[in-house]
Amino acid sequence: MTMTQPLTADGVGASARRPDADAKVRGDFAYSSDLWHDAMAWGATVRSPHPHARVVSVDASAALALPGVHAGLTAADVPGVNRYGLEKRDQPVLAEDVVRYVGEPVAVVAADTPELARRAAGLVEVAYEPLPALTDPERALESPALHEGGNLVRHLRIRRGALARADVVVTGEYEVGMQDQAFLGPESCLAVPAEEGVELYCSTQWLHIDQDQLAGCLALPKEHVRLTLSGVGGAFGGREDLSVQAHACLLALRLGRPVKMSYGREESFAGHVHRHPARMRYEHGATRDGRLLYVKADILLDGGAYASTSAAVTGNAACFATGPYEVPAVEIDCRSVYTNNPPAGAMRGFGAVQVCFGHESQMDKLAAALGMDPVELRLRNAVSTGSTMATGQRVEGPAPVAELLRRVADRPLPPPAADDPRLLPGGTSNSTRADRLVRGVGYGLSVKNICKSAGYDDYGTARVRLFAHEGEAVAEVHTAAAEVGQGLVTVQAQIARTELEVARVTILPADTEVGDAGTSSASRQTWMSGGAVRAACLAVRARLLERAAALLGEPAGALTIGGGAVTSSARSITLAELLAEGDVDETAVFRHRFTEALDPETGQGDAHVAYAFAAHRAVVDVDPELGSVRVVEIACAQDVGRAINPVAVEGQMHGGIAQGLGLAVMEEIRLRDGRILNPSFTDYLIPTTMDMPPTVLDILELPRPDSPYGLTGVGEPPLLSAPAAIAAAIRDAVGPAAAAALDRIPMTPEAVATAVLDA
Amino acid sequence: MEAGESLLFLLRERVGLPGSKNACEQGECGSCTVYLDGTPVCACLVAAGQAQGCEVVTVEGLADGDELHPVQEAFVEAGAVQCGFCTPGLLVAVHDLLARCDDPDEPQIREALAGNLCRCTGYEKIFDAVRLAAGRSR
Amino acid sequence: MTQFLSAADLRHAIELKAAHPDATLIAGGTDVMVGLNFGHRQESRLIDISRVAELREWSRDGDTVRLGAGVPYTRIVEELGGELPGLARAARTIGSAQIRNRATVGGNLGTASPAGDALPPLLAARASVEVASSRGTRAVPAREFFTGPGRSVLETDEIVTSVRLPVAAGPQQFAKLGPRNAMVIAVASVALTLDPEHRRVGCSAGSAAPTPVAAAEAEEFAAAELDWTGGELPAPVLARFGGLVAGATSPIDDLRGSAGYRRHAVAVLARRTLTWAWQELWRS
Repeated sequence: MTMTQPLTADGVGASARRPDADAKVRGDFAYSSDLWHDAMAWGATVRSPHPHARVVSVDASAALALPGVHAGLTAADVPGVNRYGLEKRDQPVLAEDVVRYVGEPVAVVAADTPELARRAAGLVEVAYEPLPALTDPERALESPALHEGGNLVRHLRIRRGALARADVVVTGEYEVGMQDQAFLGPESCLAVPAEEGVELYCSTQWLHIDQDQLAGCLALPKEHVRLTLSGVGGAFGGREDLSVQAHACLLALRLGRPVKMSYGREESFAGHVHRHPARMRYEHGATRDGRLLYVKADILLDGGAYASTSAAVTGNAACFATGPYEVPAVEIDCRSVYTNNPPAGAMRGFGAVQVCFGHESQMDKLAAALGMDPVELRLRNAVSTGSTMATGQRVEGPAPVAELLRRVADRPLPPPAADDPRLLPGGTSNSTRADRLVRGVGYGLSVKNICKSAGYDDYGTARVRLFAHEGEAVAEVHTAAAEVGQGLVTVQAQIARTELEVARVTILPADTEVGDAGTSSASRQTWMSGGAVRAACLAVRARLLERAAALLGEPAGALTIGGGAVTSSARSITLAELLAEGDVDETAVFRHRFTEALDPETGQGDAHVAYAFAAHRAVVDVDPELGSVRVVEIACAQDVGRAINPVAVEGQMHGGIAQGLGLAVMEEIRLRDGRILNPSFTDYLIPTTMDMPPTVLDILELPRPDSPYGLTGVGEPPLLSAPAAIAAAIRDAVGPAAAAALDRIPMTPEAVATAVLDA
Repeated sequence: MEAGESLLFLLRERVGLPGSKNACEQGECGSCTVYLDGTPVCACLVAAGQAQGCEVVTVEGLADGDELHPVQEAFVEAGAVQCGFCTPGLLVAVHDLLARCDDPDEPQIREALAGNLCRCTGYEKIFDAVRLAAGRSR
Repeated sequence: MTQFLSAADLRHAIELKAAHPDATLIAGGTDVMVGLNFGHRQESRLIDISRVAELREWSRDGDTVRLGAGVPYTRIVEELGGELPGLARAARTIGSAQIRNRATVGGNLGTASPAGDALPPLLAARASVEVASSRGTRAVPAREFFTGPGRSVLETDEIVTSVRLPVAAGPQQFAKLGPRNAMVIAVASVALTLDPEHRRVGCSAGSAAPTPVAAAEAEEFAAAELDWTGGELPAPVLARFGGLVAGATSPIDDLRGSAGYRRHAVAVLARRTLTWAWQELWRS
């Protein structure tokens, strides 16, 4: 499709067409759940029904007796180390003597058809001896240890400055429920035994970390575990941890036959980590004129049964507990603990979402206590370039926090509700009328780190090959970076077009045959893999110029590339001619600047590569009697450094806001005794077209000095303060008396109505 | 084929048409929307036996050979496709909406597409795509 | 392995059900298939009645509509908004467009969930449910049809064939509350009908008891207290009416809402639907 376009059209800064979009709209795009091999068997998982139990015995004989059932594997069949995990390898591929959460895999079976595999899984007899379940994170530290070393995953203390006496002090306790990523494409993969080892086609956010963990579990050298990314139906953090991968490989290697696994929606809820539920206690002290003097925060994150990324989430929750504000003194304690609840891990926003609801609720409370406009209070304390964060790190690069807030605050407000039921709380359910509604407006400001933090040696790798095809130069880009829907494949092609000034770019499937790209999370992949693609392109370009210099007899510095040719003052030679003597093939590794670990006593240190900021204004209509809410409009302003693909940036913002809206008013995994009560899209509700309001975006492009093209990550910021702004708007609508009780998200209709009734 | 299995399973696993998607298998997400005798339905809620003798059109049947259907083209151009897992069902739903009404206003679009969940886009670009396709078809 | 039997016409359907009383009927499939897909239910036999033409028709006979049990909700919304505005309003709140294209009133009756959105309008309108078997046909008042959650007076060999409802004699309302603005199972719902000529009120609540319930005491109270000559709706009457409707319910605490909230919501929706119906009556 790029054939007819002028050179470097659809380069950096253009809203280029997605290279995978045609296949996606035709229904031809192969997601991991669409994979097929004529010889394949189907795997299914046997899961624990208990939150905590001793596994006495596992007997698969009844399952294996069914014709067409070929394997029933348990922990004893794991050839390597029966542990995996992103930060700490504490999670068994298949449970050994103990299960620690409802849904923990205990055995896997393989059969000729999916129905048979499910039936066989049901026939595996597991004898359990239930143990007392620890499901209240507040009691974790005093309860018997679920893991060696106790139930504390991490405690991060941040101490800075001396707490001064404040004119005004506000305290609050806040809670955030357990949110699910609710990606639409269920966990699935196809494992194919190879001459040496196994080939795995799967949907993941990070091929190489999967490979690394799988090699350990399968007792294979890494190079014998080859992964290729299949189509990914959304991720949002939920595909950082392994799910089906190890199980399918185990079965395939045992059978010597390809094995496919694919979860249904109910199993998917058990099959991936969720956002950490949080309980937060805050105290803010300020001067009478609204200057923050100190913030104390005590944050507890329920990490669930295994560590996953709890330690890093703890770090983020602590680092951003005070928000994008200048605070001279802080005393922050953030703990994550093990419980017998489902494991918590990465989800878009990664610890910063939870504390944003806390610090922004506090800012509103403080504004009320001071009799000050909440926007004015925020403006007075907003960080800017050169400010110091709670960890003592100086804010480098653009930090237009006040500007972002002004932009959303200065927008005209939407008109009052009209009497079209489709635009009222409840929609066509006809539960209300415009005259029963109260309107509210709320604000949220947020900050989060971009890229990995605290000394992690993070990098991206890209290989770019330039070759001639039919008289034209073609660039081929190969990385292991996961396209999860965000549009990374588009961005990679745009960068190659811009740097090499070629029209034709091919993006190879992501796999482990090329070096590590790092994870498609932490809003880092365009920066890191985009940076690697750019570096590889620059290396290719340098080689081309050297070749041309030799041919043209002029110094490389006197040559320019453009229009499909290399040109000197006198002569010109086409790229295709230059490439006749052979392809140019370069691989580059790109690293961001070094960061350091936080001091274990004080939590001080330059731990972050960069900060990103966003501001939200939410306008809501609330039916106070029923408690139902319709968000009328969300305005979001965000600094993206440089929009590599403006339409994709807008798409990230819209989608992030939608997930924030979900957390604000409806999304929560409900647990009882560690069991998920709502593992379906009937009862785990995500926003529909009738729930998402029009969004008004304001995209600032203030280039960073230290990133490719000046860009900054865009995926997470639009979610961060959306819940806080919506919650603030609901409180504003119902008035101060009822607002005081609204200290938890999601703010369901029942919670709102109850707060109004009680007030 | 097992007559009690769903039309979605039949399409995906027996007929080799995996374009219709399997996100919830309980009629809550719309990603498996297909035409059954001209009516958009959730293929996951139709028993395979019920579809016997019926005309089924899936997302795979919307394009005219190499030529994308205008609704498909509008989705690509508007940026309505991210991960794309909701896209096949949405395309059928939008195709049907525009066949019934060539100039839907925003509340109409919202109500018509309420049964198609999307987790990536926040729907905004999807609405853009609907308006783009509607404008072109008028 | 599920045996799948396809009924060609009503007689055939009745014969099949008589021969296989354990079989599950499937029409739109929007309830049955969920259970099958999730493996939560196993069916040895399904009888498909989606092709039975007699079930897919509606007709009007004077002041009565005979609504075939298999008419999908989309058609009720599009074709019966004039005759049966309460049911049409409820139908519009059911699931999504795709669901409404398949789901039927017969399915709501057969499933007998207290959250079936089409059910309160049937009770409010004092509809009658026609059932057939090889033993003959009978009519059951909608208000006597349900015996518990998922249970009804339907015998194992019987099929719901149609529902008879009076053509609206005045304003009809339906309102439902849920935690999302579309595609939601009701936390509570209320249907209300006014018949100014006969000075009658119909009112029923959903999702607030083991079955949909008619609020008989509230109906009588309102019929007696309303100023049918066109007066205002006094606040105490409204409040008492809401209280009586809520009093007719017996909700439980569950995942979707507490008993207290459901009762509160029923009272609010009852007051509102009466208010709106009353306004509509005197606007016209």
